[in-house]
Amino acid sequence: MQLYLPIADLPVNVFLVLAMGAAVGFVSGMFGIGGGFLMTPLLIFIGITPAVAVASVASHIAASSFSGALSYWRRRAIDPSLASVLLCGGVTGTALGVWTFTQLRALGQLDLMIALSYVVLLTTVGSLMFSEGLRALMRTRRGAVPPRRTHNWIHGLPLKMRFKRSKIYLSVIPVVVVGIVIGFIGAIMGIGGGFILVPIMIYLLRVPTSTVIGTSMVLTLVTMLFATMLHAVTNHLVDAVLALILMVGGVTGAQFGARAGQKIRGEQLRLLLGLLILSVGIRFAIELVIRPADLFTIRDLGASG
Amino acid sequence: MRRAALALLFVLLLGPAAQAERLIVSVSNHRVTVTPNYSGEELVLFGSVEKDATTPADRNAYDLVVTVMGPRADMVTRRKERTFGIWINTDYRQFLQVPSYLALFANRPFEAITSPEIARRQQIGLNNVLLTQRVSGDFADVVPNDAFRSGFIRLRTQRGLYREDGSAVTFLTPTLFRTGIPLPAEVPIGTYEVEIKLFANGAFIGKTETAFEIVKVGFEQFVATTARQNGLIYGLVTAAMALMTGWMASIVFRKD
Repeated sequence: MQLYLPIADLPVNVFLVLAMGAAVGFVSGMFGIGGGFLMTPLLIFIGITPAVAVASVASHIAASSFSGALSYWRRRAIDPSLASVLLCGGVTGTALGVWTFTQLRALGQLDLMIALSYVVLLTTVGSLMFSEGLRALMRTRRGAVPPRRTHNWIHGLPLKMRFKRSKIYLSVIPVVVVGIVIGFIGAIMGIGGGFILVPIMIYLLRVPTSTVIGTSMVLTLVTMLFATMLHAVTNHLVDAVLALILMVGGVTGAQFGARAGQKIRGEQLRLLLGLLILSVGIRFAIELVIRPADLFTIRDLGASG
Repeated sequence: MRRAALALLFVLLLGPAAQAERLIVSVSNHRVTVTPNYSGEELVLFGSVEKDATTPADRNAYDLVVTVMGPRADMVTRRKERTFGIWINTDYRQFLQVPSYLALFANRPFEAITSPEIARRQQIGLNNVLLTQRVSGDFADVVPNDAFRSGFIRLRTQRGLYREDGSAVTFLTPTLFRTGIPLPAEVPIGTYEVEIKLFANGAFIGKTETAFEIVKVGFEQFVATTARQNGLIYGLVTAAMALMTGWMASIVFRKD
């Protein structure tokens, strides 16, 4: 069934978009991430301009992280004070990101920036996650105990605060900085940033695994809602019809993904996620390096002369 | 009103003397609506060449060129070049107020209809249509084989937005003709001008114009205008929609 998208200005097959939403939702439910890094490239692949894709995916991620956050909230797996400190940074970062997005779009380098940030970020995070998962898997196979967690330089910073539910005592500076970074790249790349945030929180901030996913979902939810608003106000590029189809597919897929995820062991899950992220990154890298089929591109500036 | 009357008088006085043939045309649909299930359409233009007393008796073979022009817009064409091993946009040209949709149809190949000189003057063929570029502060069209111009035309053609076809116009009788105007799925919204130019023995002997419009209606129209004019409300509604969907999902799939 074809449906004409009012903002993207092209007809799409509803079932294809629903299926894409469901597939990405499955992956996101399985790994506890937003899945924006998969959704945005998929939308670009079916012919939606990168700008509209990035802006519309934001609201899709908001929907799936809200349904996730609700269930984590019921299980008391969200640290409200940690989430609010993260959010201070997140909102600032998102505003900066949307502003940069508008500037890059005017310069004609938005597509390049999106592609480049995908390559750098995804290959780095993907290979780190993959190698870490591989090491953890080897360790369990050998039956060795995981190395003890030690405090790092981050724990020497001032402005310390007690985060009760996570049972950690931590400076607010790194938390705010992490929030800014995630908000910024999220707004530019059309991703929630959960797949970067979760490892950072675990390895750098030493947040216990019990609260990490729920809390990161709250940050994702708020930054993505904020990004939706800003993209709608400044760039007028949010396609609500597209977003709705994605949301419906996404939240449904996520439920099944979450169930499947519980059946797989943690290290294997990380290994798989690392592999997935890495392959998306490599795909973008190949596209940048090989000669494009057409060297020319056109952008419509509208009727204003 | 007075201007219209004057114009009519002008036509009455000069019309018959200036051209011996009259072109009568119509489009099958003057208002194409883009609905949720729109996925391209084809309009039909038909018409006839009416001779009158002043028409030379030996004139019975006509040639027609139909030009369809969509709403005009500024467009930027960018060229990628290899820099530091990756392909990035470097050079660009701005095309000013060029048609977003452009179709040129004729009953036989353009070069067979008229001389290159008249073809250029009458803008017959994609190579001869005026596409104004901003070239370092100056406004001009460039030679047809300019890299940016041909890249621009090639890309628009690939998307079905620019096209030329030297056999699309069919003469049903020596004076009655028809042609299809294919509109792709991602058609620009707005007013389309149709120009029909008549040739005989290589000479341009007259033209007429008509128009049709493509409009978004109902929901599509509502969403598009709201997004543009009330960005804040639109954003709020989209955000609320996201929250609703997420909340509903957590209710529907709740296990405990």
